[in-house]
Amino acid sequence: MSDLKVEIKPENLVYKKSTVLTDETMHYCPGCSHGTIHNIIAEVIEEMGIQESTIGVSPVGCSVFAYNFIDTDWVQSAHGRGAAVATALKRLMPEKMVFTYQGDGDLAAIGTGETIHACNRGENITIIFVNNAIYGMTGGQMAPTTIMGMRTATSPEGRQADLHGYPFKVSNMVALLDGVSYVTRQAVNSPANVRKAKRALRKCFDKSMAGKGTSFIEFVATCNSGWKMSPAASNKWMEENMFPVYPLGDIKDI
Amino acid sequence: MAKIKGTIIVDTERCKGCGVCIAACPCSVIALNREVNSKGYNYAYMEFPDKCTGCANCALVCPDSCITVYRQKFEDKI
Repeated sequence: MSDLKVEIKPENLVYKKSTVLTDETMHYCPGCSHGTIHNIIAEVIEEMGIQESTIGVSPVGCSVFAYNFIDTDWVQSAHGRGAAVATALKRLMPEKMVFTYQGDGDLAAIGTGETIHACNRGENITIIFVNNAIYGMTGGQMAPTTIMGMRTATSPEGRQADLHGYPFKVSNMVALLDGVSYVTRQAVNSPANVRKAKRALRKCFDKSMAGKGTSFIEFVATCNSGWKMSPAASNKWMEENMFPVYPLGDIKDI
Repeated sequence: MAKIKGTIIVDTERCKGCGVCIAACPCSVIALNREVNSKGYNYAYMEFPDKCTGCANCALVCPDSCITVYRQKFEDKI
């Protein structure tokens, strides 16, 4: 049986890199969830055929150079102001698909106000929120989304409620706002979750284009460099410790 | 019985040897090579190519999109 060789030809192709991704090698650390999330964004854009009419808003953080990797139009916003910039873009060019790509330091800390008010106004944009419970780019400091007891560079004894407060559940909060049509929490740690996340992202983009209101998708992600673990161990740690605090699934869908 | 076989091609220069594909592979086909690429990473390769079914799980989770998957069905000759 072992002499059977799969022929490398187009009709046997099952999976290849999306054409919306550039050939640039990603600058993220090995095993970073950002890469997989970029990949599914590119696949959804390719699937919908909207590469020419998509505008992304990149944040400040590790994913600041997202415009080097996904081959669409991009605007780089000031720290935390992604949703405000996206509001302007979508109002000036309603025929475009506008999405923001923000981390938890960007969206949940410095940009909380912009995010909440864009959601409350029901802007027809998609907000992609990558939550890895840490400030990854600056060296693993505690973020608002850091879970209880988690050790970081600025909480070496672990996060404590009396000193640091509680983890900030942004998705649950924006789900209460009337302008928001779809809130979901996803992860990309396993093939099954990647498939689910891709379907959820497609739904977000469809709702934004249909003018249903703001779509908010949170990715519970890993930061293996910041957490000081191997990529496989950080995926396991995320399943055991982060999923109980940030359970996956749709939070609001109208 | 017909047999379905798969194969993967790893873009060794893009691969950073994170090992996420190894954990995702249901057939334990993939391992990290002892050789390194120009950046010094031990890149992924097919250690047991015969076991691959072409399910594309490795390619789905790859953060650097460096895996291309092919699959072919072999009919038995009677």
